[in-house]
Amino acid sequence: MRYMMLLSGTNPATPPPPELFEAIMKLGGEATEAGVLLDTAGLLPSAAGARVALDGGKVTVTDGPFTESKELISYALYEVRSKEEAVEWAARFIKLHRDHWAGWTGSTDILQVMDPAGP
Amino acid sequence: MTEPGYEATRSAIEAVWRIESPRLIAGLARITGDVGAAEELAQDALVIALEQWPTQGVPDGPGAWLMATAKHRAIDLVRRRARYDQKLQEIGRDLESRPELSGEPDVDAMDDSIGDDLLRLIFIACHPVLSPEARAALTLRLLCGLATAEIARAFLVPEPTVAQRIVRARRTLAERQVPFEIPARTELPGRLASVLEVIYLVFNEGYAATAGSDWMRPSLCAEAMRLGRILAGLMASEGEVHALVALMELQSSRTGARTDPAGEPVLLTDQDRGQWDRLLIRHGLRALERARQLGGVPGPYEVQAEIAACHARARSVQATDWERVAALYVVLGYLTPSPVIELNRAVAVAMAYGPDRGLAIADTLTTQPALAAYAQLPAVRGDLLAKLGRLDEAHAEFDRAAALTSNERERALFLARAAACAQA
Repeated sequence: MRYMMLLSGTNPATPPPPELFEAIMKLGGEATEAGVLLDTAGLLPSAAGARVALDGGKVTVTDGPFTESKELISYALYEVRSKEEAVEWAARFIKLHRDHWAGWTGSTDILQVMDPAGP
Repeated sequence: MTEPGYEATRSAIEAVWRIESPRLIAGLARITGDVGAAEELAQDALVIALEQWPTQGVPDGPGAWLMATAKHRAIDLVRRRARYDQKLQEIGRDLESRPELSGEPDVDAMDDSIGDDLLRLIFIACHPVLSPEARAALTLRLLCGLATAEIARAFLVPEPTVAQRIVRARRTLAERQVPFEIPARTELPGRLASVLEVIYLVFNEGYAATAGSDWMRPSLCAEAMRLGRILAGLMASEGEVHALVALMELQSSRTGARTDPAGEPVLLTDQDRGQWDRLLIRHGLRALERARQLGGVPGPYEVQAEIAACHARARSVQATDWERVAALYVVLGYLTPSPVIELNRAVAVAMAYGPDRGLAIADTLTTQPALAAYAQLPAVRGDLLAKLGRLDEAHAEFDRAAALTSNERERALFLARAAACAQA
């Protein structure tokens, strides 16, 4: 089962501490070594992006930043055996933020990727 | 107890178990020197978790909790054994045959060398003293955390058969006193080949099952790929490990296109390549690149992965580099001679240089005893004869293929082609 994980959150005024990056690298290494992490990357703030929308038959293009308070921070693609397993990896990732970056709030959305050959 | 959230906690515990059990068993096997005991200790920790967590809550670091709990039990066990051995010595028994277990176990070293322990566990589970079936069962159990019932379903054999295979495998390892260690350099090529064989066997068991009636079988492919990736992380300098990962990922990328909506098999040349899994292809090609960069003489997995890569890169059947595929089959036949490989070469040669050239190769195989009952030989010859307009001969070959296959769907396919030859 393949899951897409989308991390979004609100960063505190303090810069992200190097310990957080270290811990993230370590956990990423563990997930890769466990053979479950297929792909992951961080995302730049939406100010660097754009949005293409369709509304009332009209296509509009708006440059970022988007108005939502939470920014999408990163994505990861996992290949695991159950939703609970995906939840466990996501929980480990979120806990790193709790342990290393005071004041950070956010969430990971876990979405199952459709499998055309699946049940 | 049907407390609210009990099932949810149970599922969460199972997920943690799946993630942690290989590392847990590997670390415990080093403390106790006994894979069977290690697995029992790990299971004990799981049982305690199943008892405690639903009421007391899942601990913050569930993996570390399981490890700490199992470690305590391991230390107890080793101490008990040491005391037992001491007692025996006091009464003057000969203890030469028992492994050394005196003194305090070095449990703190456990966390530092988890990678090595995991590798040791892989090598012992895939030890050549065990039959390939036993190796596969033990590997799925110890390294994938699968239950005996799940393994039985995956291999379409009764549960007691698998249970017995595992019990016997453990006994063999104990009797032969197979050490829990990474093989010495001189021994490594043979031992690694044994590991790769098991992983590919697990993969093929899943890949051969085109019908998805039981989810366990297709998911074997995922287990095998995961094992391959773990091994690639632990033995990053071994080209054939990366090559096997590449081979499995490239083959697996076609899973979605291998059957039509009715569940009928679709041949490679007829597949909708838009349905191929681009992520797995990208992954597979990257793993193959790593194998190439490591250099050395390409092994059989690398050559097979190169062949799979020719297909993965091609946007269509026509765009496939069939000359390269044909040449790769020559190399593969040299590394692992087999009439089946020669038949595959005949197909590639026919695509690259024309059906007559391919047929000439296929014709040389008709006297091979190993292929006497192999339906694919008359099927390939029928196809090539039909392309050459020799329809009567093609018709006879497809009839022969239909008579030889034990697969109902395949038989229908061959009979349809035979009928088409008769009509034309």
